[in-house]
Amino acid sequence: MRPLRNLPLPGDRYLAVALIAFAVGLPFLFETGSPFIDDAVLALAFVVMALGLNIIVGFAGLLDLGYVAFFAIGAYTMGWLGSNFFSGANGGEGFAALVGPPASELPGVHVNFLIVVLVAVAFTTIAGIAIGLPTLRLRGDYIAIVTLAFGEIIGRIAINGDQIRIGGVWDATVAKLPLIPELGDAGLTRGKQGITPVDKIDLPFLDPLTSLDLRSWYFVALALALIVLFVNIRLRDSRLGRAWVALREDEVAAASAGIPIVRTKLLAYGTGAAFGGVAGAFLGSYLNTVNADQFQFSFSIFVLAMVIIGGLGSIWGVVLGAVALSFVNTYLIPDVLNALPHDVGLDFDLTQLSYAIFGFLLVIVMVLRPEGLVPERRRRLEMHGVGAGDRAGAGTDVEIHEGSAP
Amino acid sequence: MLPAGLEAPLARLRALAPTGSRASALTLIALLLAMPVAFGVHDLSTTGSLTRLGNNLVDGLSNGAIWALVALGYTMVYGIIELINFAHGDVFMIGSLVAFALWGTLGLGLATVAPLLIAGLLVTLVVAAAASGSLNVMIERAGYRPLRDAPRLAPLITAVGFSFILQNVGLLWIGGSQQTVPDLIGSQDVLLALGGVEITNGDTLAILATAPLVLVLTVFIARTRLGKAMRATAQDPDAARLMGINVDTTISLTFLVGGLLAGAAGLIYALYQTTVWFFQGFTAGLIGFTAAVMGGIGNLQGAVLGGLVIGCIQQIADNRIGTEWTPAIVFGYLVLIMVVRPRGLLGEETRQAG
Repeated sequence: MRPLRNLPLPGDRYLAVALIAFAVGLPFLFETGSPFIDDAVLALAFVVMALGLNIIVGFAGLLDLGYVAFFAIGAYTMGWLGSNFFSGANGGEGFAALVGPPASELPGVHVNFLIVVLVAVAFTTIAGIAIGLPTLRLRGDYIAIVTLAFGEIIGRIAINGDQIRIGGVWDATVAKLPLIPELGDAGLTRGKQGITPVDKIDLPFLDPLTSLDLRSWYFVALALALIVLFVNIRLRDSRLGRAWVALREDEVAAASAGIPIVRTKLLAYGTGAAFGGVAGAFLGSYLNTVNADQFQFSFSIFVLAMVIIGGLGSIWGVVLGAVALSFVNTYLIPDVLNALPHDVGLDFDLTQLSYAIFGFLLVIVMVLRPEGLVPERRRRLEMHGVGAGDRAGAGTDVEIHEGSAP
Repeated sequence: MLPAGLEAPLARLRALAPTGSRASALTLIALLLAMPVAFGVHDLSTTGSLTRLGNNLVDGLSNGAIWALVALGYTMVYGIIELINFAHGDVFMIGSLVAFALWGTLGLGLATVAPLLIAGLLVTLVVAAAASGSLNVMIERAGYRPLRDAPRLAPLITAVGFSFILQNVGLLWIGGSQQTVPDLIGSQDVLLALGGVEITNGDTLAILATAPLVLVLTVFIARTRLGKAMRATAQDPDAARLMGINVDTTISLTFLVGGLLAGAAGLIYALYQTTVWFFQGFTAGLIGFTAAVMGGIGNLQGAVLGGLVIGCIQQIADNRIGTEWTPAIVFGYLVLIMVVRPRGLLGEETRQAG
């Protein structure tokens, strides 16, 4: 007998449709330049990011503490291919591909956003696999540290990247390599100064977005989030998704059941990284700067907290976690609670403490509710009073239920 | 079949051949020696002397002595509960801040006479070590013990959470910028010059303070009943419990000892660097962890060796390549060690790093 509580919820599909309808209608309740829509755009970008990390940490069980690396690579792709950064390109005339004015008339490289996203996906997938390779022999917390080290190395390269010359002519005094002379006097990054301004997203058949019309940015972000969400759900229910979960639950058993461990792990890193790259390219354009200060370890932990608090491996949980934490960060702490310490007689702003708050949330969730706010069904069953006999039956239920999810 | 007389010599030959383990150890040693040797050759060919490299190594060894103290805390905790105590670097940072604050309270400054200064430093050493030690025990009690039976990643995530909490405590305490500590011992004053290689007060202090601490720790682990309990728990917690060892107390004790060392390291660091910063624990923690892994995690001698080696690499990178690249180089080494030989120089094969 199946326990009743394991039956699929009839409202699931309707809930999803209602949520999407709500998300589409939401920006019309606010003015197009309102700070709320700004917060909502960031929240949607974080949904994309968190869903990517969820593949690595939630599905495949590989703790990645260096996810910021993929954000950085995606954002720099946008910076390189959509700004005046390579000012010497095409003899200073500028190079444009499938973009309209004003970007097409400026110096630098200017490529259509959709192509930038594809390039960012390619770069981050390669980076994800590169970081995956050294961790293949390792397990558990060693993986966490290697990914962290990788994220820090990328962060360092971002900060000092202007020392790494990829353009210009050979100059023995500063060891400048004439790799791509056409690119002018460009380094790899522009450090903490940042690459700015970055081209606004310019989609086919539409006018380029402007910084005043936040509603359009919201819909682009929503479209990205929905595509990523759909891909995530399809991946989870695919053969590969089941292989990831099997790997997470027991690597040895998975290997002996014929799952190719190396390929499965590398695909998890690559796919998760690609989503980070998409979000990075979007944020590079939206924030209008690609700045080394954005790529710090705390960012990795911020995204990790979204995944953990939402529920490791639970897609809807991670969406909720990302939206909730993003709003806590952009709205609740700075706008609502910021003066709270002053009200109780303490001399600091709450924004100074935002990372302590996220750290505290991580500890509390892990100790009190390790399965997260909206746990994945399989995990909920593991953690809460289902006997061993029931668990065997529950396993098949998970497939039935999750297969029917929208 | 071989004649009987040949089998023993052949077996001996086989033992000498570079098996996987030996080859990986040699590769790792070659990687670690690459930078000092390359710059040594460079120095010899350009200036004809090794003075600059010698200075790098002296600075590296003294700086590495501090990392060794941090690495010991990592390696002990990992040895006993297989957890990377991510908050350890920040416990070290709190030790620094306690020492810094206490010097202000006690009024220790450049004008303090020597006997009073020594007494004051000893008091701060005790207080800073005690603060870090008890903090570490509290973190274990609140964040790790409830998760003893949880999935392995759960305590690591709470450790990251505690790390952020402590960083913000430091931030609120001394603010966001680096604070200058009164240079109580004249850290950069040259005490001794051996053929151009300068040994400063700071170098001397770091080595002289670290050596006895490591010695006491080694004796404590090897000779005392509590040390034996720690080793037994590290080997097999269930069996240790059956033998009447209070495993929870032993684990708390391990965190206490690791925290004491981190607090002492924090004080030495403040004297040596003459600056403190709320973010110093992050880098120190990662360097300490790299040192622990390099030496072979769970191995005390390995942690000390790893600390000294990483200190030298760091100094050479600081001096030759540029301080802004040093973290990237240290982390690059961490990744390389993980690829080449996850068990480190002296470590034994573990379940995690196998």
